[in-house]
Amino acid sequence: MSKTLLDKLWEQHVISGEVGEEQLLYIDLHLLHEVTSPQAFEGLRFSNRKVRRPENTFATMDHNVPTKNPEVIEDEIAEKQLSALRNNCQEFGVHLEDITSYNQGIIHVIGPELGLTLPGKTIVCGDSHTSTHGAFGALAFGIGTSEVEHVLATQTLWQRKPKTIGIRLEGKLQPGVYSKDVILHILAKYGVSFGTGHVIEFFGSTVTNFTMDERMTLCNMAIEGGAKAGLVAPDNVTFEYLKDKVTGDFDAAVEKWSRLYTDDISLYDQLLEVNVNEVAPHFTWGTNPSMGISIDDKLPEITDENDRRAFEYMGLNPLMSPDEIKIDNVFIGSCTNSRISDLLIAAEVVKGRKVNENVTAIVVPGSKEVQREALKLGLDKVFTEAGFEWREPGCSMCLAMNPDKVASGKRCASTSNRNFEGRQGKGARTHLVSPAMAAIAAVYGHFVDVRKELSNATICNS
Amino acid sequence: MQPFVIHKGRAATIMLNNIDTDIIIPKQYLKRIERTGFGEFLFDEWRYNDDRTLNPNFELNKQSNNDVSILITGENFGCGSSREHAPWALTDYGFKVIIAGSFADIFYNNAFKNGLLPIRLDKKSRDELSLLSKNAELTVDLENEKVIVGSQEFSFSVEKPLKNKLLLGLDDISLTLKHEDKILAYEAAAK
Repeated sequence: MSKTLLDKLWEQHVISGEVGEEQLLYIDLHLLHEVTSPQAFEGLRFSNRKVRRPENTFATMDHNVPTKNPEVIEDEIAEKQLSALRNNCQEFGVHLEDITSYNQGIIHVIGPELGLTLPGKTIVCGDSHTSTHGAFGALAFGIGTSEVEHVLATQTLWQRKPKTIGIRLEGKLQPGVYSKDVILHILAKYGVSFGTGHVIEFFGSTVTNFTMDERMTLCNMAIEGGAKAGLVAPDNVTFEYLKDKVTGDFDAAVEKWSRLYTDDISLYDQLLEVNVNEVAPHFTWGTNPSMGISIDDKLPEITDENDRRAFEYMGLNPLMSPDEIKIDNVFIGSCTNSRISDLLIAAEVVKGRKVNENVTAIVVPGSKEVQREALKLGLDKVFTEAGFEWREPGCSMCLAMNPDKVASGKRCASTSNRNFEGRQGKGARTHLVSPAMAAIAAVYGHFVDVRKELSNATICNS
Repeated sequence: MQPFVIHKGRAATIMLNNIDTDIIIPKQYLKRIERTGFGEFLFDEWRYNDDRTLNPNFELNKQSNNDVSILITGENFGCGSSREHAPWALTDYGFKVIIAGSFADIFYNNAFKNGLLPIRLDKKSRDELSLLSKNAELTVDLENEKVIVGSQEFSFSVEKPLKNKLLLGLDDISLTLKHEDKILAYEAAAK
């Protein structure tokens, strides 16, 4: 019988329960960070329970980490939360990459880097951007803290099987257009809840040609369309990425992983088709990720109360053109766009240029490994010479849980994933963009079309 | 968890779509390591002025809404992050029921784990309920899946297993551990 990729992943993990009802799924990998886990460990302690599979559980610190000097935590409550994770991991025997550890970084950057994220696995984390790991053909989704406790205690979760949306991406991206623009384009077209109750599988020639980093950016933001998870079927690009990261019989693993694909695209509950040839660089103007437009367009007109509130919060007017939007901050980082390829793209754009005098710009590598690689390539110098601050790994300015915040009323071009009211700080105004668009906005102090700024062939979009 | 069978209470309306988890509870308040005490920060940026005085224009700050336990709202409530601090803040404030057009998946699950009942109703019913609730208490009857106000009834539907767990106030983990033999068998087979 033909099956979707989701069918295959699901069936391999069902322990109990009837088809169509809630079913008990086995969880292969449980990722933890400091913010959504303390109450779960407290629950275990209260009920005198253990972590069932510490060897399948992995923790790091990312949300609260100060990126200027990670070892000095001035926020007492943050320090308490970080200590709680340290103590919990020790008490329950869970591996922790602590702030100063060699492999520390944003959980969704280091999972793949360390070869923990593998095709065919079920992966959960108390964090909605767990969808990132779906780029490897793993069923990966975010859960709440009660579910974190449930997985810690039982290594399982009760879940109702989601439906599927297949998004076929065909065509070749123009130079200066990236997978971030593609996902912003999809969200602008289909909204922030079209994926509710569904898993989105991305496929087609564009996806086949994407690197793992580009696939991760796509899947990372599947949640912004309301989807439970994003998926890409594993292929040679995936296997190539993993070959030095996996111990054991790699050929046997590849043979098993090679069966993880959707047999027939007519099996998707919905099929959407997107031609990427015409996709331009995008940016968001409003207060959810679907409120975005192409750099070729003007801001939209107000059509309802939600638009009116968004314009008011963002301090913008309908029909403004992108170059009229003045930028105060630029943030290059987050689990969406802080990998080495993202930093390379941004570095190419700013090389030999200067950050605009009205802009404060920071670059935050996603992990210690990304940081080491960037230092090897001298990217830190490219950024600092241009006037960027070069920081230590963490979630940083994506979410205002650490000292990196955008001040009230200030406007940030950000490579992160959410532009909700207050996301980067109370009253902060967020515009979501690709690393290239963020870099060029830092130089000009307003939005410009990065396609026009690329010197001949120095930049390719691979 | 306390069982949820019937709840009677007053309702407030914030008829906006896509109310996200950053609005429900901003992340600067997520650093607590307890499950309680988040109610004070519910809808923080809407509820308070910069000097922490109450914003008199915000719906929940109006005198008439000082004892509400039901929220009537728009589509896609609770979108965004997976933070369970969102239902913790809502329940800590005193909410027992959220009536929306639709909910984001993770929020929907998280709500049930905390005895907070998320109800999906169409726009017309929500508008009617919102109007009727101005002068009357609502009765939410989970067993019969009805919201009742005066002589009017609005039917909703809830997935059966979620409903049963809420009606009985059951602890998920103890229920799952009854499947211990199957979990062990799965782990043995996977090796």
